[in-house]
Amino acid sequence: MAITSIKNLKEFSTVNERFEGAHLLCPGCAHSMIVRELMNATDDNLVISTNTGCLEVSTAVYPYTSWDTSWIHIGFENAASAISGAEAMYKARKKKGTLKDPDAPVKFVAFGGDGSSYDIGFQWLSGAIERGHDFTYIVLDNENYANTGGQRSSSTPIGAHTSTAQAGSHSYGKTQKKKDIVAIMAAHGAPYVAQLAPNKWKIMAKGFQKALDTEGACFINSVSPCTTEWKFDPKDTINVADLATDSLMFPIYEIIEGHELNILYRPKNIIKVEDYLGAQGRYKHLFKPENRHVIDRIQKDVDAKWEYLQRREEARV
Amino acid sequence: MAKKFDINEIEVWDGNYATSQALRQAQVDVVAAYPITPSTPIVEGYGSYVANGYVDGEFVMVESEHAAMSACVGAAASGGRVATATSSQGFALMTEVLYQASGMRQPIVLTVVNRALASPLNVRGDHADMYLGRDAGWINLDAFNAQEAYDLTLCAFRIGEHLDVRLPVMMHQDGFTTSHKAQKVNPLQDEVAYKFVGDYVPVDEMLDFSRAVTHGAQTEEDWHFEHKAKQHKALMDSRTVIDAVFADFKALTGREYKRVETYLLEDAEVAIVALGSSVETALLAAEELRKEEGIKAGVIAPRVFRPFPYDLIRDVIDSSPLKALAVMDKSSPGGAMGALFNEISAAAYTTQNRPLITNFIYGLGGRDFSVEEAKRIFKEQKAHADAGHITTPIQQFSGLRGPKLGFFETKRS
Ligand SMILES: Cc1ncc(C[n+]2csc(CCOP(=O)(O)OP(=O)(O)O)c2C)c(N)n1
Ligand code: SF4
Ligand SMILES: [Mg+2]
Repeated sequence: MAITSIKNLKEFSTVNERFEGAHLLCPGCAHSMIVRELMNATDDNLVISTNTGCLEVSTAVYPYTSWDTSWIHIGFENAASAISGAEAMYKARKKKGTLKDPDAPVKFVAFGGDGSSYDIGFQWLSGAIERGHDFTYIVLDNENYANTGGQRSSSTPIGAHTSTAQAGSHSYGKTQKKKDIVAIMAAHGAPYVAQLAPNKWKIMAKGFQKALDTEGACFINSVSPCTTEWKFDPKDTINVADLATDSLMFPIYEIIEGHELNILYRPKNIIKVEDYLGAQGRYKHLFKPENRHVIDRIQKDVDAKWEYLQRREEARV
Repeated sequence: MAKKFDINEIEVWDGNYATSQALRQAQVDVVAAYPITPSTPIVEGYGSYVANGYVDGEFVMVESEHAAMSACVGAAASGGRVATATSSQGFALMTEVLYQASGMRQPIVLTVVNRALASPLNVRGDHADMYLGRDAGWINLDAFNAQEAYDLTLCAFRIGEHLDVRLPVMMHQDGFTTSHKAQKVNPLQDEVAYKFVGDYVPVDEMLDFSRAVTHGAQTEEDWHFEHKAKQHKALMDSRTVIDAVFADFKALTGREYKRVETYLLEDAEVAIVALGSSVETALLAAEELRKEEGIKAGVIAPRVFRPFPYDLIRDVIDSSPLKALAVMDKSSPGGAMGALFNEISAAAYTTQNRPLITNFIYGLGGRDFSVEEAKRIFKEQKAHADAGHITTPIQQFSGLRGPKLGFFETKRS
């Protein structure tokens, strides 16, 4: 049953059987919510590739699998290439007439973490988007290398503590800003690019549907709160995601054909970034007086980004 | 339906062109590739056949060799025939995925045009890339000339895709010496070649939606070992399939291939063991020496580098009067004996005959291996044979400028 016919969250959380609840992700991990939301967005058959990372190591441990779809994992950086190959084979076999069920509708999807997408697999992702294979790439953005114990990635925001960008007596954590991968993907000219969040599940479902239904290579960056490395209580995943979207640390928007920008969620009450930061252990040190300037800097950056997004939207260019 | 390509009974093709024609005739569904000298013309060839309707496939030019092999794995798991080509640095960049491809049991055909590995950067032929991949769990076939490159590429699909094997296959040929040298080739007509290769049989394909499949699962200490052992067994057992495919190919074409090729060996007292185009050089030298000096010289050439034919090497050594062997390694050994030397020595250790064996590092970065040099090496073997022991360092460098370089003296009283 696809999202179009799902009425409420209760129904939404129980319909999909293509991703089994039995897996090894931490309780409260948002990765599985995003996967289920993707699967709820379509009734079509799915061919899914996944980079190495928390999602992969937790859902396909031989002799078990959580995937009741066609699924492939090769390595840390190459899910975009794996899906490129699968999509090319689909076209070749369709032409040749060797598919078992040539009329079966199918969608190709690749999942990566921020580590595998912003960093090590960036070139593989860029190549696949540029070639325009008919697929959707989804980043489960938890802003760190969670599977290997919480190291920095180029998605980690400034000021966050990670095991390789530590906060200490001489450091406030990561000193570099988060990479704007959405802008980079839009600059590829991808037909549909969006930043979404699992707490805004209806918007997310629509965004996923749009990406799946758009021909060509589409890209979605989704915030994925990580209870273990962000250090919050597992029951608070959606609360933290709400703080992320309401503080505009994670603005929700789409970019069509590389230029047409639409804001998809406008918080009624925009909250301060410190409310978001304060809910997570990884930012605890920022609340010391000597690090206050980092919070101010983050707030300034967030305000500027929101201003930019609104102006881009208004400009309709 | 792909257009028919007009082919003469006798063509003058170089190794690259011959290989690309074999890919076309096998009607490969997906080629995902990245260019590198000297293998580029193989994939350019496939691309031109796609562009002109001579093959119904998809040509995916990706952004690196790592991505090329990754896309090949994704394509192969989707139930069709897959091939690509590379050399040298491109091969090195692919290495991570070579292991993943074989571990995932995807019968991809990789045509490797052998070239040196940097540094120093060098585009010429040696076997550094072949050796880099030797433990990657692939079947490795070795062509010594353009005809063989064509023949063995066709065989590679049959072998790798065989349901008892399901392993990827590398088909090696020497950079430039084979890949770029136009030679007489007898190709098959399209329908004959395709019939020999056969239709691709999908296994656990991702595009059959009646059954969910998970490819590339995680295993730790509980199952990893069993998977790797099973993979190794499949590789070892592929010997019977390789023999059967070679027999079929002989029945079809009259051209005979064996997992170990031997030349002039029945009465040979000394032999050179080599891979690639040097086999033909060594054979010329052996023929001349037999005429000129009556030295009973022969040549041994593993046609299949993996699974290594220990069984046949042992038989070959025990069924000839061999006293001394020179094993030629065209790759910098990096602080050890050459890899081929080690394999041959391991096989020879369990023979009755136990010939004297020395190792030559040669031909690095495309350094020429001449008939004269091969003759000199044969004569040196003759000296060992006559003395009844090794009279030189065990490892020597052949064709190197400057003072002689050798390692590991044998100690004798
Ligand atoms: C080539 C390679 N380098 C490093 C690793 C180790 N590694 C595996 S997963 C991972 C981090 C994953 O981070 P991310 O992509 O953000 O996914 P997450 O686990 O956070 O969901 C690392 C560093 C690897 N498997 N392969
Ligand atoms: S470490 Fe984080 S991303 Fe990984 S499974 Fe746990 S909550 Fe999810
Ligand atoms: Mg991550």
